[in-house]
Amino acid sequence: MAEKVLEIRGLKVTFNTPLGPLSAVRGVDLDVRAGEMTAVVGESGSGKSVSFLAAMGLLPKTATIEGSVVLDGEQLVGATPKKMRSVRGRLMSMIFQDPLSALNPVHKIGTQIAEMLRAHQSMSEKAALARAVDLLEIVGIPQPGDRALQYPHEFSGGMRQRVVIAMAIANSPKVLIADEPTTALDVTVQAQILEVIQRVQSQFGTAVVLITHDLGVVARVCEEVNVMYAGRIVERASIMDVFEQPTHPYTRGLLASLPQAGVERLVPITGFPPNMLRPPSGCAFRPRCAHAIDACSKSLPELAPIGNSMSACIRARELVAKP
Amino acid sequence: MAFNRFVSHRAAVVSVFVMLILVVFVALSPLTARYGVNEAVQAPPNYFLTPRANAWLGTDDIGRDLYSRLIYGVRVSLVIGLFSAIISVVLGCLIGSVAGFRGGRFDDVVMRVTDLFLAFPFLVTLLVMRNVLGAIDWLRPVIGDISSVRFIIVLFAVFGWMGVARIVRGQVLALKEREFIEAARAVGASRWYIVRRHLLPNSIGPIMVALTFSVVSAIISESTLAFFGYGPQAGEGATSLGILVGAAKGAVNTGFWWLAVFPCLTLVMIALSINFIGDALRDATDPRMQKES
Amino acid sequence: MTLLHVQGLVKEFHIKTSRGARRQKRVVQAVTGVSFDLARGETLGLVGESGSGKTTVGRCLLRLIEPTAGSVTFAGQDLAALDFDEMRILRRKMQIVFQDPYASLDPKMTVGASIAEPLVVQGIAGNHEQKVVELLELVGLSADHARRFPHEFSGGQRQRIGVARALALDPELIILDEPVSALDVSIQAGVVNLFGDLQKRLGMSYVFIAHDLSVVRHIADRVAVMYLGKIMEIGDAETVYEKPSHPYTKALLSAVPLPNPRIERGRTRIMLEGDVPSPVNPPSGCRFRTRCWKATELCAMQEPPLEMRPSGQLSACHHPEV
Repeated sequence: MAEKVLEIRGLKVTFNTPLGPLSAVRGVDLDVRAGEMTAVVGESGSGKSVSFLAAMGLLPKTATIEGSVVLDGEQLVGATPKKMRSVRGRLMSMIFQDPLSALNPVHKIGTQIAEMLRAHQSMSEKAALARAVDLLEIVGIPQPGDRALQYPHEFSGGMRQRVVIAMAIANSPKVLIADEPTTALDVTVQAQILEVIQRVQSQFGTAVVLITHDLGVVARVCEEVNVMYAGRIVERASIMDVFEQPTHPYTRGLLASLPQAGVERLVPITGFPPNMLRPPSGCAFRPRCAHAIDACSKSLPELAPIGNSMSACIRARELVAKP
Repeated sequence: MAFNRFVSHRAAVVSVFVMLILVVFVALSPLTARYGVNEAVQAPPNYFLTPRANAWLGTDDIGRDLYSRLIYGVRVSLVIGLFSAIISVVLGCLIGSVAGFRGGRFDDVVMRVTDLFLAFPFLVTLLVMRNVLGAIDWLRPVIGDISSVRFIIVLFAVFGWMGVARIVRGQVLALKEREFIEAARAVGASRWYIVRRHLLPNSIGPIMVALTFSVVSAIISESTLAFFGYGPQAGEGATSLGILVGAAKGAVNTGFWWLAVFPCLTLVMIALSINFIGDALRDATDPRMQKES
Repeated sequence: MTLLHVQGLVKEFHIKTSRGARRQKRVVQAVTGVSFDLARGETLGLVGESGSGKTTVGRCLLRLIEPTAGSVTFAGQDLAALDFDEMRILRRKMQIVFQDPYASLDPKMTVGASIAEPLVVQGIAGNHEQKVVELLELVGLSADHARRFPHEFSGGQRQRIGVARALALDPELIILDEPVSALDVSIQAGVVNLFGDLQKRLGMSYVFIAHDLSVVRHIADRVAVMYLGKIMEIGDAETVYEKPSHPYTKALLSAVPLPNPRIERGRTRIMLEGDVPSPVNPPSGCRFRTRCWKATELCAMQEPPLEMRPSGQLSACHHPEV
């Protein structure tokens, strides 16, 4: 097994809102290994983005973060802003759904990438610009020398996302966090971007965390999948296992609700996502679960091994037995 | 939720109380004033008296109690402010919403007219138009005599709607591409229905803010006009806040400080209060902060 | 029985840009010659990526946007020939559900008022309250929801409210403009089922506009694939998905990630180069040729017409897949 580059233990994030405390993340343990692509899958409100925004130190002051996030041996929770600035972009980078918001519209693309390089490495401006052109080539932008002199609005959505990826890997970070990187893109462009991410991963040995709600994307490129619901990881499994032998009712529900060939009627998950201002006691999925029993409301279930996977369902063993 | 946000602006809450007290005082004026507006204090010599027991804020050059005159004066100014603001907001809403929604040539024309008026220094325009409108005989029965309160209200209304129209037009432009507007069109709603039922109610925030700022603008403009001697002369010594402030001109040199200080303080207090309320209203109704769920 | 007949629909947008000191008038060809028919009770899926013109087509069908050329004939009536009042009467029969559940309801109106609005605007007499309750229950919500405001509901619920509103006038055609794209996956399923159930019960036709091919496959009888303002392929849904004859359709299907790792990783993928060209300057001849691996000189010179293929669908290609 490859070495661990990012270790998250007991991560909890609570937002102080005018309506009371909102528990967005309620105890997440996660390992990210070098050179691997890990998926974090969940719907809106699952806490998947917030977990990694917390790790990057990008949450507003109204957020209280507890737990431990260790990157390359250094603790990030409670680190000073100066420390976080040196970590971001150098050891760990994040890209988002909307590439346009990450790019400054009044600066040329090449300049922006060069700025990223010079923030963390001592380089002359000339050297940085040259390296920027190299990076543009690595992410597959044709005529990189010319395009480095252009502005963000002269790029299409897919091209912008490539630029953002170039900026993110400029300093060869150990971890790249991609938060819904393809959701806003056309399907044909989506495939290209996933391919760029994979290429970057193998070329630089970067560990990638892919946050998404799209199980199809996950099926294509990831090795390990973490399924999140209501601020906790409810299942962790290898890519094959999670699709063929899901061990948590939520994962099963999610898979059953996807349109697939030959299925007459889609099976939605009944009920609604929980209100994180007042989460249900015990297992948060209980109100929507067809297999819930009394014990489910007693305490928050922990991830426990079952076969090669981990499941936070106390009835996982019984449910795997009968399909 | 919006109410909570408003209440968190302490200056605005204080201002609301201040204005309420003021309005109550002024509305009950025959009771709260100690003398008539043109009545001299009985205690010869009664002119230029300093503040004292029978004339709380002193007297003016012909012995009238400043406190009472201030009450009557503020009443006139508030009336001018309120009515001209309401009329200009109504006009501005109508014109701005139709211009924003229709777009095209109508919008261009309206916006250029607005720009034209906004390009001239407000005071100069006021003074010139005052004389122009006042000289048109056949308008007099409608808008009143050049020195009347009614005339001033009309004057401010006719030249105050532009700012409001701009704000409303901006709101409408932002809203008209929203899908619930398209939904209304999809069921066959007429343009006017959409303006009335959807666009204006969703613009209430900025409109309220525009209203408060119009009131302040009118009161200050009235004071400015009066300062130069063009204020409303309603006859029989009737006064306005502006006239009282204008009289401060002479008082400063001659050392009769109360004639300058009290009217000016009152003006400042009213302007500040309404501004605070307007600021808080704007923050409270800011749609960016309105994602409730 | 043909409910909707669209012939040669064209929509151009004029945008004024200034390059330096010069004013340029650019023409965006959003839709260039789209034709199709829709039968009663049928669902036509309209798929395409950004810039394909599918949303514009949807708007033109309802005359929310005026077409530049071409005709839309609904139940025998040519829409362009109708004035505002005649169009208003026809609007009872054709409605639309929008993509964004957060923007499609007036935040200042109660849910009941929004659902009743079509009845009010159309001047329909009778007990609106009762009708609103019926509609709410039809879409799986309850009567006491009518008094509440949109912000008190989740995305999926708001979308159901939008559907209830669209049903208020008992339309024969509903345009569904990306109705589930903004919803969570597990909620999408419920709303898609709702569309199917309503159609079985009430018999209306749908034009289902989407970029999500899997969802469209599930619900559509026929599918039209659009690219840069033109229909590239149109036919029976199963046929188009199983035996696509246009290279673009093939590439599109190949690009859609399937939630099945075994199949997904075993597939050979067709990777298209580059991005979708700008609709201001579409390529000459076949619009897809700049990204097509089969493009020849013929493709640049002559625009291929829609032709019938052996497997039963129509496609516009000089070198169709077999």
